[in-house]
Amino acid sequence: MNPRMMLATSWRVLDQLRHDRRSIAMILVVPALLLTAVYYLYENETLPPGVPRTFDRVGLMMLAIFPFVVMFLVTSITMLRERTSGTLERLLTTPIHKADLLFGYAIAFSIMAALQSLVATAVAYWIFGLDIKGSPGYVVMIAVINAVLGVALGLLCSAFARTEFQAVQFMPVVVVPQILLCGLFVARDRMNDVLENISNVLPLTFSVDALKEIASNSEATRLMWDDATTIGIIVLGVLVLASLTLRRQTR
Amino acid sequence: MNRHVAEPAGVAPAVEASGVHVNRGRTRILRGLDFTIGAGRITGLLGPSGSGKTTLMRAIVGAQRLSAGSVTVLGQPAGTAALRHDVGYVAQSPSVYPDLSVEANVRYFGAMHGATAADAAEAIDAVGLKDFARQRTVDLSGGQLSRVSLASALVARPRLLVLDEPTVGLDPVLRAELWERFAAMADAGTTLLVSSHVMEEASHCSSLLLLREGLLMASLTPAELGERGRSADLELAFLQLIRDAERAASPTDRNESQVA
Repeated sequence: MNPRMMLATSWRVLDQLRHDRRSIAMILVVPALLLTAVYYLYENETLPPGVPRTFDRVGLMMLAIFPFVVMFLVTSITMLRERTSGTLERLLTTPIHKADLLFGYAIAFSIMAALQSLVATAVAYWIFGLDIKGSPGYVVMIAVINAVLGVALGLLCSAFARTEFQAVQFMPVVVVPQILLCGLFVARDRMNDVLENISNVLPLTFSVDALKEIASNSEATRLMWDDATTIGIIVLGVLVLASLTLRRQTR
Repeated sequence: MNRHVAEPAGVAPAVEASGVHVNRGRTRILRGLDFTIGAGRITGLLGPSGSGKTTLMRAIVGAQRLSAGSVTVLGQPAGTAALRHDVGYVAQSPSVYPDLSVEANVRYFGAMHGATAADAAEAIDAVGLKDFARQRTVDLSGGQLSRVSLASALVARPRLLVLDEPTVGLDPVLRAELWERFAAMADAGTTLLVSSHVMEEASHCSSLLLLREGLLMASLTPAELGERGRSADLELAFLQLIRDAERAASPTDRNESQVA
């Protein structure tokens, strides 16, 4: 690992993004707009007293899901371009370490993800009065960890796509099952055994569990830290797998 | 006939290849190459498209695994981590980031070698893009794009520079300027391996490797090529060499010569 090469890579990725104002605007604004839609979707629900609003549950989970989905897409396309344009091959003939490249990407996109979740969390909190017991700082933290998860999976999946068209097809394969099974639509303990067991090992499940902990406890709980640590370990594992797909030599 | 290019006495060759084979699937791309590349000079790698030039260059920079044989670069096996500072490679298609400025591209690749902003400016100046340094690479012409790619390699000041068709798409003035720069670099001690399918460029090189269908047809100087191909026009000389080789390889001809 060489910090200079890693930070040069982060800076380069952000510099590329900087020229793409439309993408920046979409990364920052779209999650907030979708949250708005969710808020008005449940605007007229009638609740028995004491039951929390659906928005408090669904909106909170969406704060974790957005950065995951967006960063997965952005990363898999960017990395695929790097592979097909020859810049990756060129980089791998230089002294750069694979870890410098991967972590450089992860740092750049988690900065973007942090900005994105700051905007979305602020909107949920201040405009729509998202009601959770824990600190919104932890919500942003989980959102950023999720973004890094998206980056790691995107880096890995880009190795299995030859075109950008194929790369986006990985979204239904890798991302959608995690959203379906994370507990957003049906509580996980009410799923059948097969689905529940699958959901037990999907990374997004741990994020949603961590968010539930944040929502129902005013202090950070042990369970939340365990969940966050688990996702962190999964992210490192996926990054190691992704680094195996970067080959300095072709056969 | 003198087939060997005289090496400067006491100088180890920059590249030594022996028995280099590369197979991709069932295709035999390189079929047993033995050659050396002299240090501090320009060597031209010439041959028709599809002859294996790019594969050979990638083998030298360590991006292509060999099926058999060995390539030694600056005294170490090709692709060794220690060589990554010393070997620069410019692929045929410009491998730079189109959404970055010229300057940002060169600085980024320079950062891998600890190059400073001044080094980057010098490399950009060397390829004649000083006035375009702040422009986005995507807005440049094809010839300018390939020079950004070249500058991204020059910035590392490599001891061995491997250039795959660097002059394609450049106008004659720029081509002449680039060859002058290559000559100046060679004078300063850099070893250059430059591929081309345009034979007239061969005259800029001090020695030539002629590749055809994965085999090394000849390793000689441009003067020797003219002599052996019986033409001052190196393109015609190369064609003549191919015809001679075909005649020698063709079994019917061989039978006839045996009968005779």
